[in-house]
Amino acid sequence: MLNMLRSSGVLSEQELMELPGVPPMELVEKGPVAVIECAEMIPCNPCEACCPTGAIKIGDDINNLPIIDAVKCTGCGLCIAACPGLAIFVVNGTHTKSEALISIPYEFLPLPNVGDQVEALDRQGKKVCMAKIVQIRNSKKFDKTAIVSFTIPKERCMEVRHIRLS
Amino acid sequence: METELAIVGSGPAGLAAAIEAAKTGVKVTIIDENPRPGGQLFKQIHKFFGSEKHKAGIRGIDIGHELLEQCEKLNVQIFLSTEAWAIFDNGKALGLKHGNNTTEKLNTRKLLLASGAIENPLAFPGWTLPGVLGAGATQTLMNLHRVLPGQRVLMVGTGNVGLIVSYQLLQAGADVVAAIDILPQIGGWGVHASKIRRLGIPILTSHTIKEAFGNNEVKGAVIARVGQDNKVIPESERKLEIDTICIAVGLSPMAELAQSAGCQITHIAELGGWTPMHNERMETTINGIYVAGDVCGVEEASTAMEEGKISGIAAAESLGYLQRGKANGLMKESQESLNALRAGPFATQSKLGKEKLIERFHKC
Repeated sequence: MLNMLRSSGVLSEQELMELPGVPPMELVEKGPVAVIECAEMIPCNPCEACCPTGAIKIGDDINNLPIIDAVKCTGCGLCIAACPGLAIFVVNGTHTKSEALISIPYEFLPLPNVGDQVEALDRQGKKVCMAKIVQIRNSKKFDKTAIVSFTIPKERCMEVRHIRLS
Repeated sequence: METELAIVGSGPAGLAAAIEAAKTGVKVTIIDENPRPGGQLFKQIHKFFGSEKHKAGIRGIDIGHELLEQCEKLNVQIFLSTEAWAIFDNGKALGLKHGNNTTEKLNTRKLLLASGAIENPLAFPGWTLPGVLGAGATQTLMNLHRVLPGQRVLMVGTGNVGLIVSYQLLQAGADVVAAIDILPQIGGWGVHASKIRRLGIPILTSHTIKEAFGNNEVKGAVIARVGQDNKVIPESERKLEIDTICIAVGLSPMAELAQSAGCQITHIAELGGWTPMHNERMETTINGIYVAGDVCGVEEASTAMEEGKISGIAAAESLGYLQRGKANGLMKESQESLNALRAGPFATQSKLGKEKLIERFHKC
């Protein structure tokens, strides 16, 4: 029961894949789709409320884990900035033949620039490869949680969850 | 000076109570010892959890602005840099000391104590060195005063406060060398832990601080692994070069004012220690004295606001500004929000503590 998360702060692969907010791999590969790494019953539901297509379901008990409907999800990314836990990422496995596009919440200054080469980090903060910044969305609605999108080699799409500016 | 509802503390509980009461026409006066209102809200630069209906996803600082704006519109009087140093006549008067050192008596018909909580200290060799400070104090320095207390930080404690302040230290440009916890599991929410792990901050569970060293200020610390008996495992010590140690080992309710007024207090570990007993209307064992927020059990800002609302509504009703039926309906709404906020597994302890507290009120 979430032993890895509770003792280390990092979800194990098995813990991750069992979450109702994480779509099955074959759908992630067909993305873009939201990957909701929300594993604990905490009272919270802004992700459900912000979703324009009704793809995220929590229901009346706000302690329920969010359930993603990968078919309804368009990968728009609004939930990335809405999640107070910064636990939602959008993964697009079809960006190019060899590259995936990952969108993450980013609350540090300075923001990277489009075109920058940055280090791509895994859930433990370890560099696994380089990433190229493709888009930065920082509208007023996101309230200072910028959404940074970058490309990485496709096979890393379920590993990379943060970036470090080189 | 006269008022109808005096509120000690302008944090989320006090402000929410002021708004509910003032809406019905009650004359409300808030007293706060700090130079700025808002309690801890203005240093909470992260987005709050909770229900979309109840300000979830909004940063604490913006909730603070919103509440203050409403208070202003409703002509709530706020005395800042003012201490409430005594309660007289069963809560019908407060002794005030203003920032300019003048004193004054404030007569009031009802009194709400929303004095919040205080950080727990942790004693270890070197704990009095400059550079050892509370995580909450660090957050105040950083986010309110814009002063970074150090560059290389050790966080002691992995509850939500320790995890969130670690994240904010990185946002402010410091390095957090590690966050440690004596327990084998992380105290706070997984999402907060994951947030700092992917930034590269190690979280070391089953670890304790043995000492801080340095002549005039912190130059480093020795941490060590502990076994199941919480005792240090020999030769597991490790030296860390750091200049700041943040202590995030929980909070205790500031129940002193309630106690000095004669309100019955009781010890409930799940709520953080000694706390005044209260009933479903947030009224203490003294008629007309209410409590709300962390003073009667350390929880979240979201629960503090709902408790504040209930106390404000109850005070307005007993002052004759609200009819019983209307008041009961409004209180029920807030009670339902509280139930939802306390329904999850992380709130099991505080839910249990609250039930004990109310049960003890009815028994005494």
